[in-house]
Order: sequence, then structure tokens, then C-alpha cells
Amino acid sequence: MTATTIPRDQTKAAPAAASDRSVAENRLGQKLVAPALILMVLVTAYPMLQALYLSLFRYRLTTPDDKAFVGLGNYGVILTDSLFWKDTLNTVLIMLITVAVELVIGFAFAMVMHRIIFARGVMRTAILIPYGIITVVSAFAWQFTFSINNGWVNGTFGWLPGISSTTNWYGDHWHAMFAIMVSEIWKTTPFMALLLLAGLSQISEDMLEAAKVDGATAAQRLFKVIIPNMRAAIMVAVLFRALDAFRIFDNIFIMTKGAQNTESSSFLTYRQAIEQFQLGMGSALSVLLFLTVLLLAYLIVKLFRVDLAQARGE
Amino acid sequence: MHVPKRSRGGLVPLGHSGTRRRLAGSLAALATAAGVLSACGSGGTTTLVWYINPDSGGQAAIAKTCSTSQYTITTQTLPQDANQLRVQLARRLEAHDSGIDLMSIDPPYTAEFANGGLLAPIPQAEQATLKQQSFKGAADAATWNGQLVVYPFWSNTQVLWYRKSFVQKAGLDMNQPVTWAQIIKAASDNGGTVAVQANKYEGYVVWINALVSGAGGSLVQDASAGVDAKVTINSQAGEDAAQVIEDLAHSKAAPPDLSIAQEGQAGSAFGAANGAFMVNWTYIWHNYDTTQPDVAKDIGYTMYPETVQGQPARPPYGGIGIGVSSYSKHIADAQQAAACLVAPKQQAAQAAITGNMPASPAGYQDPAIQKLFPADLIKLFEDSVNAAAPRTVTPYWSDISGAIQSTWHPPTSVSSSTPSASATFIHDVLTGKKLL
Repeated sequence: MTATTIPRDQTKAAPAAASDRSVAENRLGQKLVAPALILMVLVTAYPMLQALYLSLFRYRLTTPDDKAFVGLGNYGVILTDSLFWKDTLNTVLIMLITVAVELVIGFAFAMVMHRIIFARGVMRTAILIPYGIITVVSAFAWQFTFSINNGWVNGTFGWLPGISSTTNWYGDHWHAMFAIMVSEIWKTTPFMALLLLAGLSQISEDMLEAAKVDGATAAQRLFKVIIPNMRAAIMVAVLFRALDAFRIFDNIFIMTKGAQNTESSSFLTYRQAIEQFQLGMGSALSVLLFLTVLLLAYLIVKLFRVDLAQARGE
Repeated sequence: MHVPKRSRGGLVPLGHSGTRRRLAGSLAALATAAGVLSACGSGGTTTLVWYINPDSGGQAAIAKTCSTSQYTITTQTLPQDANQLRVQLARRLEAHDSGIDLMSIDPPYTAEFANGGLLAPIPQAEQATLKQQSFKGAADAATWNGQLVVYPFWSNTQVLWYRKSFVQKAGLDMNQPVTWAQIIKAASDNGGTVAVQANKYEGYVVWINALVSGAGGSLVQDASAGVDAKVTINSQAGEDAAQVIEDLAHSKAAPPDLSIAQEGQAGSAFGAANGAFMVNWTYIWHNYDTTQPDVAKDIGYTMYPETVQGQPARPPYGGIGIGVSSYSKHIADAQQAAACLVAPKQQAAQAAITGNMPASPAGYQDPAIQKLFPADLIKLFEDSVNAAAPRTVTPYWSDISGAIQSTWHPPTSVSSSTPSASATFIHDVLTGKKLL
């Protein structure tokens, strides 16, 4: 059996057939959106250009006399520094692991929310609750959970090999990374599930019925019908979560403050710009972070080979 | 400008849009009025806003005492973490926030604030008075470029706290100066712990600085040279300090939470059944009075441990200085208020509430202090302050401290090569060659 997807051509209206009315409606739409767009560009463009400008200087707030133009010097220091690459690696690792785990659990949750017959509202709400909690609050909750002094993990899972009453979860790199990732996964899986649920509900029941009549097993229906037809939804879910995970900050700030080499790219940028008042270096890091996120978005869109317009249902 | 909490009021359920509009109008009017009047308290007196580090009410109490008919001093609480406190104050002051009149600053950041022009200069006559009334260590820590830039307020120090029952069991004579090696061995051999501050934060550098100074060395010399200061942590003293940390981190005397221990965690470890020794600040004396009276009765104290046998210890120096913001609209009033707040009587009054010791010998003589601590403990505090080794006064302290934290944390990673690695790293960070 081959994958069954709705042909792309059917989802696209032929551009040539656009009537005068739809062209006029489009124009009106553009005019209506323009003020908001201009305002957004003004609000976001200024700080972005300012960051770009500042990144070319050695500039520290508390030693203002020491300001000097260094060109691309800050970028040179950053790109040749082991700390930057270590933090980037941490960030990529957190992103890959958390998004992969969330995709699997989130899909299972989406299936539950989609298929459940009884207590649907209660179940959907229960699954979505973690996403409604402020990240800082959930990070504190997980920090206490793994705490050696007042957490319950050591007591409850003490029977597992490698865990005892004296396991210090924030005492070494891998334990601390594990705790951070658990907190991140718990908090954002519902978001992934929600996006996947939207994709799941778009799959035609007729198609599934047809597959069933053709003798497809449940696994075949999942892998050959459901998932291929959800590609756009999966792409949106993975894109959103990957970009979100790449900017991870709150959990690290609350749980380890970057100790045990658990720092992420955002955290490094925060420390340079906010804690050390290194506006030049901090701006250069934020520019690099922005470019990385752009690159990441481009790669994910390419990887899934999905037309964004199709994903939006145009 | 600081907007008083008044503008947050009026969170009542709204019936319909008309009510909503009227209320919104009233709120807008109130907010405007609050903005105009925020510099003035009731009856036309000026309101001075003092940003304080969290304490158990000592600073708020003396703010009330030092308020006059001319001005009222109100307090706003800053974060507990010394670095976060610094970040919040500096960010607001760099934005020329006139809502801060007075602020409590940790000694290592005094130079950074003064160098950035964030502190209003203290009149020369006042400087002379302050120098005269304060401990030398307190005055030194408050001085940048030959000028006293903050009003010395507290001068905290650490001593070695021990459980009397434990040292009796271990057979250790605490009337003689003890070394780190001795207490680590005693604790290790007798199932006890040595509690210290070794999380990746400023408190860890306080410990490292005390260890290096205790071995006759220093972290940095010639601090006034700014980024060109001489990094001297790579020395025999640095290696002696690293040895102590390495020994403790790998011994049975290390509490399981060593690498995340701050003052509070150290206090908990000391209060536990296997608690034996702890280095911590003066306020610990009353820490167990209500929660663990048995522990409170079992606490003994002596001078900070020696890094090298026979070489007198240099305990940590901490504390708070009060700075007047150069962006305050009431600098003269704020200076007058600061002078009152740091008067020995007020230093003692707040110490009686918080346990944070005064920065002046006269403050120590106050009856309130005499009542609060045993005479021999007061003497120990005073001796410790006089022997203390303040952290280097430099505008780049946060870089130096951060670089040390990066290279010396976690404690289990410390070895004889750590001092040289950290010296190179500090130098590279100061000269902008490495990211911190």
C-alpha cells in the first residue's frame, strides 16, 4: 500500500481564474493590514537595527568611556569561543530531544483528544493544563521536584539504579540537563498536541473508511494515511516548537542558572547583555541567535517540503 | 519615575461599559495625579525611596526612625541574589531613573557603580566622619579612586560554626586555631559534614577569596589599572586554596548538595543530624532558635579556619553600603537621610533585628548588640572583621568573579591546575578575548 495524500493541485485555485472582485478584495485586505504592518515594522525594526549597530562596538554600560568601534571583532570573538559552541550544542541537544519526545507524546495526546468519546472536555482540559501554567512557575515546580533537599524524585524513584536519596540532580551536567528537559517537555507537550489535533481533525473520515475497507491495518492507516496527510500540521508543530525550544531560557534560569554547563544560546546572550552590561557583545550574540533561528526555520520548511500556503489552507 | 501602588487600585468587577469608561477615566486621572505627587508624601514632605536588599525588617525599621518632617524614607525590596540586585539597580540607574534615591549595595559592586557615575559624590566633611566611625575594612571596601563613594552600613563577616557535641566526639580542640584540613578530616572520620557556600554564585567566590587570602595571596592586584589589573590567583596561595576545595569536594565530609549550596542550604546541612562544621555569616547565630532549639544550644564558634597551618586566617568580608543615586531629584535630602541611616545607633538598631553586624566599633558597643550576642562572640566578630580580606575593589569585579565561578565550579572539578586555568581565563575575559 502506498501513502495516500490529497493531490496538491486540488488544493490550489488556479491563479489565472482570479476575478476582478477577488483582486479588489485582495487590495482592500492589503490596505487594511498595512497600518498594523507598518507599526510592527517600526516597533521591531528599530531595536533590530540598533542591535546590529551596537554589535559593532566594544561598549559596556558601566565603563562608558571605554566605548570603541571594533567592526566585526565581537563576532570574531564569539565564533572562535568554545563557550559559544558549547552553549549552541546544549541548545541544539535540548531542541532535538525535547521536540522529538514532544512529537511522540503530543501525537498520542492528540489521538486521545480526537478519539475519546466520554469526558472529552475534561480530558482535553486536563491535557492542556500544563501549557496554561506560566513557564517560570512550572520551572520552579520542577526545580523543587528534583531538589535534593525537598524534592520527591529521589524518594519515589530511589529503587531505580543510579538514583538514591543523595542524587544531586543539579550537581552534574547530564542530570541537570535531564531535569531541564523534563520540565520543558512537561510544559510544552500540550502545545504540540494542540497543533497536531488541528491536523488530525482535518483528515477525512471517508479516506480512513476507504483504507479500512481496503483491508489496511490500524498501523497501516496511521503510517500510510493519517501521518502523510498531516505533514503540513506536523511541520507547523515542529517548526513552532523547534524555534521555541531553541530560545529556551526560563527553565535554565530558574533550575540551574546555567551552572553545570547547562547554558543555552539565549542564556549566554542574556548574561552578556543584561548581567554584564556588555551591550556590544550581547547585541552581536542576539544577532547571531536571530540568524540561527532564521536558518533553522528555513531548514525545517525545506526538510518537510511543505508549501506554507498549503499549510494555511490557501 | 516610580509610580506608587495607588495606581494599581480599583480592580473591582465592572458592570457595563459606561462604568468601565468612568473608572478608566478616574484611573487615568489618579495615575496622573500620582505621578505628579509621587515625589511628595502627605503634607508636602518629600518621599525618599530606598531600595534595600531583603532582610527581616531592620532596614524598614530604621527608615521610619530616620524619616523627618522634611522627608519620609520608604523602602522597596531588591532581589536576594547579590548579582541580580546589582543588575536591577544598574539597569535602572543607567536609564537615569529618578525613582531611586537611596540604595543598599554589596561591597564588590561599589566600584562599578561609582565608576559608571551612578553614585552622587559624598561631601568631603561627611567622608571624614564616615571614615572615622567605620572599621578600616568597611571604609576600604567603600572607597573608589580615593573617595568614599557609599556610606558603610553593615560589615558582615564569617566565622567557623561547629556543633559542640560533634567536636567533643571527634576530640578536636577548638580553643586553638584550626585548619581546613583538620576540620575536613575530623568530619570525614566521624561521619559529619563541612557546610560551605559552593553554588555557582558570588558566595563561592567569597569562599575562594578567603582561602586564597588566608594562604597569603590575592585574586587580583593593582585593581585601579582596570582591565590591565594584574591577575595573581595563579600562585602558591591559589594552589593551597584549590587543595582545600579539592579535598573537601572529594571527601565524605562534603554535603551531597555541595555544588548547589548557598547560605541557606549550608545552614540546613549544619542543622541536620550529621552537621558538624559550617562557615557562614553572623546572622546564623539566631537561625535555629525557634526551629531547632536543640541545635541552637549545640552551636559553638571560633575564628575562620586557616588555609595553611600557622598562617592567620583571613575571613570573608561582606556587608552593605548605602549609595545615593546621582539621578535622584533630592540628593541633599538623600545624603542627610543616608548619614542618619548609617549612624552607629541605627546600625545597631537594624543589627538587633537582622543579625547583620554594624560597620563601626561604636555600633558594636550598643546595648542592643550586647544583648543579642554573647560577649565572646561579639569579640570574635570584631576580630574577624579586622582580619577580613575584602574582595578586590574594581569596576570589573563582576567579570573577575564570573570568570572564577566558571573555572572553579563545580567544586569536584577543582585541581592544582585550576588556579592557572582561571588566571588565563580572567585575563582573556578582561581583555575581551573570551566570552564569559
